[in-house]
Amino acid sequence: MKYNQDLVVEASGITKIYGSGNTEVVALRNVALNIARGKVAALLGPSGAGKSTLLTALGLIRPPDAGRIVIEGKVVFDGSLLVDARVFRRKHLGFIFQKANLIPFLTAMENVQLAMEINDASPREAKKRAMELLEYLGVGDRANHLPSKLSGGQQQRVAIARALVNRPGLLLADEPTAALDSVRGRQVMELFRNVAHEQNTGVIVVTHDHRALDVFDHAFEMEDGILSTSQALDKEIKNAKS
Amino acid sequence: MNLAVKDIKHNLGRFALTSIGIGLLLTLVMGMGGIYRGLVEEATLLIDRVNADLWVVQKGTRGPFAELSRLPRNVEDRVLSVPGVLSANSFISHTIQREFHGKPLRLTIQGLSWPADNGQWLPLVAGRTFGQAHYEMVVDKSSGLALGDRIPLGKNIYTVVGLTKLMSSSSGDAMAFLTRSDAQSVQFDLSGEAIRNERTARVNRLQAVDMGNSNPQLADRAAGSSTGIPAFGAPMVSAVLVKVLPGYNPMTVAAKISAWPDVSVYSKKGQQQLLLLGMVDKSRRQIGLFRVLLIIVSSVIMALILYTLTLDKIHDIAMLKLMGARNRVILGLILQQALLLGGLGFSIAYFIGQWMFPRFPRRVVIVPDDYVQLAIIVVLISVLSSLLGIVKALRVDPGEVLS
Repeated sequence: MKYNQDLVVEASGITKIYGSGNTEVVALRNVALNIARGKVAALLGPSGAGKSTLLTALGLIRPPDAGRIVIEGKVVFDGSLLVDARVFRRKHLGFIFQKANLIPFLTAMENVQLAMEINDASPREAKKRAMELLEYLGVGDRANHLPSKLSGGQQQRVAIARALVNRPGLLLADEPTAALDSVRGRQVMELFRNVAHEQNTGVIVVTHDHRALDVFDHAFEMEDGILSTSQALDKEIKNAKS
Repeated sequence: MNLAVKDIKHNLGRFALTSIGIGLLLTLVMGMGGIYRGLVEEATLLIDRVNADLWVVQKGTRGPFAELSRLPRNVEDRVLSVPGVLSANSFISHTIQREFHGKPLRLTIQGLSWPADNGQWLPLVAGRTFGQAHYEMVVDKSSGLALGDRIPLGKNIYTVVGLTKLMSSSSGDAMAFLTRSDAQSVQFDLSGEAIRNERTARVNRLQAVDMGNSNPQLADRAAGSSTGIPAFGAPMVSAVLVKVLPGYNPMTVAAKISAWPDVSVYSKKGQQQLLLLGMVDKSRRQIGLFRVLLIIVSSVIMALILYTLTLDKIHDIAMLKLMGARNRVILGLILQQALLLGGLGFSIAYFIGQWMFPRFPRRVVIVPDDYVQLAIIVVLISVLSSLLGIVKALRVDPGEVLS
């Protein structure tokens, strides 16, 4: 079967159910989603709609119960996991969360460097790339500081650098600006757009924030586990861009 | 990148305190082992130092270390007449407690067969051995006595002329060496009143029979010193120590002496076994069991510490897994910390022990093999106690990062 090489994610029939019997909750209902390389997609919706669940399913953190996921042309899930999730995440995926989740006993640079060393890069190579990325993201001067000495925005930038260091095909961000003020939040969103466009990375961002819609190429809306494209949102994006 | 070392550097104070705690615990384990070995060594010390081939003791008894053993002094001469015997010396051992400079002074008195044995074999650290038959004493320095100290024992005063090192009895009391006759004087010393009472009683007993009434000379003798009465033998000794001539089998000599109806004979090893399996056996086993208990407690405490340290990092471990870190990275983080903790704890225990154990009132003997053995135990404890944390870490769901 041939897959569209322009697409970084092709997902179809994604279903995730938590609990059983009376406590059963359908978190994702037959979700289908395609994201092209170099594009940034927003995933909007109220709390509990299933946005984070979809992200963890696509990120093979908590695989779905049914459906099919193709990432960078490789079928990774088809009713069951077809790859070693940990190895696949290491090589193809980057994650950013609301909290930066930096390792507290490592400096900013070491946090980034570690992600690359885990992926078998030499310490020297990892250090060089980590520094480049930190400088690119504007926190090069904070490279040798521990996370506790960084502001929330700086921590999030380091987390982005860590997510990007292995040049992943797909970046998954779960409310990455929720803990930031509007100015820093916007800066982070713009960073995603720049990264996507410059490094040809697909980016999916779960967000509540409609103010930064202009940075996205697509927007999806989720409610009760159902994903839909919204013409109203697309219009909103176009308006914001113009 | 070594995550274990990075984490330790970041939490240095906490790690240091934990290591000190474990170190103190291991000091106890080390000390218990040392006390155990010290007990065994103290118990067999005299037997080793005296180095007699055979111990001749009262018939039916297990010798002076196990129970009361009394032999007439002439056994020494009888033993000397046995073919193959190089030397035979009386052995006298008893413990006394006196006051000296307002402090209790406990000494285990050993009587040496002066002049045949003038204590040349004693491990002297100061002074000299006996230069005369009476009123000199060689004592272990753990007694607190110094050269020149004059100790009143019984009706005589003894001067400390020599100091030994590491000569304690199985009960941990310092050994004091006197000539045999002095040791017996101390052992059988009676107050003047007791002597007078005994003489009066002796005269009364004599007057109760015809022989006493009809023989006034005998009554005069009975009222005098007991040493002047031929019917009274010399004071008994505890044992006779025998050295066998080179080329003679000690067991053959022992068999000959054993044939006498009034003595029992033990080899050096037999006497040691009697001590270890008898007198110090319960203390030895108690300390041994306590040591095992301490090792178990240390293991449990270390396991809890390492588990808690792992729990503190569970979020970071989940993040590492989410980033795709291999199990060996996570395993290395926990295991290396456990080994470092154990290693540092062991080193702390070693240095505390080096400083503290020589100050203990009783001997704490730790030989290099004990250190090696404990180091292996610590490595095993570290590995085993980190298993709980490792199992927990390997089971962590990377999705924990989201919580």
